[in-house]
Amino acid sequence: MGAFYAAVAVRGFRRYATYRMATAAGVFTNSVFGLIVSYSYIALWDQRPHLGGYTQAQALTYVWVGQALLMTMALMGGGFEDELMERIRSGDIAVDLYRPADLQAWWLSADLGRSAFHLLGRGVLPMVCGALVFDLALPSDAVTWLLFLVAVALGAVVSFAVRFLVALSAFWLLDGSGVTQVAWLAGLFFSGMLLPLTVFPGWLGVVARALPWAAMLQVPADVLLGRDSGPSAAGALAFQAGWAVVLLGAGRLLQTVAARRVVVQGG
Amino acid sequence: MGDATGGAGTVIELDGVEKVFEVRRRAGALRRTRHEVRAVDGISFSVPRGEVVGYIGPNGAGKSTTIKMLTGILNPSAGRIRIDGIDPTRERTRLARRIGVVFGQRTTLWWDLPLRDSYHLVRRMYRIEPARYARNLEACVELLDLGPLLDVPVRQLSLGQRMRGDIAAALLHDPEVLYLDEPTIGLDVVSKTKVRSFLREVNAERGTTVLLTTHDLTDIETLCRRVMVIDHGRLVYDGDLAGLHAVGESERTLVVDFARELPPVELPGARCVRSEGPRQWLAFPASASAAPLVAALADRFPLVDLSVREPAIEDVIARMYGAAEDRRSGA
Repeated sequence: MGAFYAAVAVRGFRRYATYRMATAAGVFTNSVFGLIVSYSYIALWDQRPHLGGYTQAQALTYVWVGQALLMTMALMGGGFEDELMERIRSGDIAVDLYRPADLQAWWLSADLGRSAFHLLGRGVLPMVCGALVFDLALPSDAVTWLLFLVAVALGAVVSFAVRFLVALSAFWLLDGSGVTQVAWLAGLFFSGMLLPLTVFPGWLGVVARALPWAAMLQVPADVLLGRDSGPSAAGALAFQAGWAVVLLGAGRLLQTVAARRVVVQGG
Repeated sequence: MGDATGGAGTVIELDGVEKVFEVRRRAGALRRTRHEVRAVDGISFSVPRGEVVGYIGPNGAGKSTTIKMLTGILNPSAGRIRIDGIDPTRERTRLARRIGVVFGQRTTLWWDLPLRDSYHLVRRMYRIEPARYARNLEACVELLDLGPLLDVPVRQLSLGQRMRGDIAAALLHDPEVLYLDEPTIGLDVVSKTKVRSFLREVNAERGTTVLLTTHDLTDIETLCRRVMVIDHGRLVYDGDLAGLHAVGESERTLVVDFARELPPVELPGARCVRSEGPRQWLAFPASASAAPLVAALADRFPLVDLSVREPAIEDVIARMYGAAEDRRSGA
C-alpha cells in the first residue's frame, strides 16, 4: 500500500508543478509581500529592539521564512480541503469510501506532495530574494537546516490534520465556507504569520504558543533561528509531533463517524 | 428467494437486510421530531457465481442503499450480508479488493489525470501484479476502444468515453463481483451498445458476477436473465424477465386490419382498445396464446393483415409499481 500513497504524493507534487505561470506569479507576490512586511518590521524593531527576543536580523529572517512557508503550510488556503469538501457535498465521496485505501492517508499523501512542491517552487526563491536584499540570520551548520526541514515536514502534517478536520465538517454543514474562514483567520493569526507569537505578552502569548498553529510557522522559524537547538529543538519537534498525533487521531475518529452519514447526502 | 443455505456457488447473499435512517425535522422553533425512514425493509436474495442480475425499481426505492451496503460503505440496521463469504461492514477493505463498482453518475477516475495515469494509480491501489495488469489493460483497451483516449485527461472525455474508462478501471483488478449503478445513463445508442457487449463478454469470459441497476430496460433485456424489482425497500419481484410480464398482468396487443371499417369487435378474452378506420387494436393477456383469438377473428371477420405487439417492459413495471401502490393505500 505504501507504493500507492507514494504514487499519490508524487502526483500531488506534479499536479502543482504543471502550473508554471501561477508559480512564477506566486513567487513574485511572496517576494513583494516579504519586502513590505520587512520594512514594517524594520520600523517596529527600530522602535523596540529585541522585541519578542529577536534581533532585527532574526526578525527579518522570520518574515522570509513566513513567506517561504505560506503556501507550504497552506496558511491562506489553497490545499486539498476545498476539493474534499466538494466531494463530500456532491456525494462523490462515496466512491472514495469503498476503495481499498484509507481516506485520511490518501489525502495526507496528496497534500504532502503539494507541500513539497510549494516548499521548492514557492519557498526557495522568495527566501533567496530576502537574503539578497537584507542581512538575514541564516544558520551555517547543516544540522540546523536538517532540523528545520524536519520541523517543516511535521508542521505540514499538523497543517493537514487541522484542514482535514475542517473539511470533514462538510458532512454536517451544507455550506462549509464559514468554518473554512474561521479556520483560515485562526491559522493566519495563531501560526505567527502576522507577528511572531513570541511578541504577544502574558496569557495570550502562552496560549498562542501552545496551540497547534504554532507548529506551522513559529516552531520551524525558531528551529531555523537556532532559538530551539539541542534538547530544546527536540522539545519543539516533540510539540509538533504531539499535535500531529492528536489531530490525526481526531480526524480518524471524525472520519469514522462521518462515513455513516454518507448516504444522507447524495442518495 | 430467502434461500440462506448458500453453498459454494453463491456469491452474493442477503438475509432479511434492513436499513433504517433516522431523520430529524424541525417542528417549531426548537422542537424537532424524529422519524424513521426505512430505505431497505427486509430484503433477502442470493446470487450464484457468474450470474448477471438486473436490480430495478423507481427512484428512491432503495437500490443505491442496497449497493452501498453490499460494498460495505453502509452498515445494515438488521439482517446479514455476505459477499463471497465476507461480511462487508467488518472487512470492507478486504472486500474492496474483490469487487468492482461503477457509478454511472460519478467517476472513480482522477479528473486532472490522463486515463493511463488513473489506471496506474488503480494498479498501485489494488496492488495488481504487473503482468496481470498489462493483460487486463490490453483487453479493456481493445474491447472498449480506449486506445486513442489513454493520454487524454479525464475532464476532456465525453460522457460515453469517460464511462468506458470507468468500466475498465473497475475491472483491472479482476473483481469477482461487479456492481454497476446505472452504467448507461446519459449515453448515446452507440456507446450503450458498446458497453453492453463488453459487459456480456466480461461475464462470459471471466465468469464475473454482475449486479446491475438501471432505468434502461434494454440493458436488462440484453444482459440479464434474472430480474429483481425493488419498491419502497422491498423486493416485489425476483425471477426471469418473462415471468415479470405475468406478474405485471401485462397485455399483448393484436393489431388487426379488416377489409372495411367495422364497429369495435367483441371477443372473449380480448378487448378493443383503439380503432382507426379499418384498423383495430385488441388487447389480450400476455400469458394467453394469440392463436385462438386469431382463429376466431378469421372465422367471423374479413381479415387483411394482423400483427402482434409485445408489451414494453416499461409499462409492465409501471403497472407493477401501480399495483403495489394500490395495495398499500387499500390496506
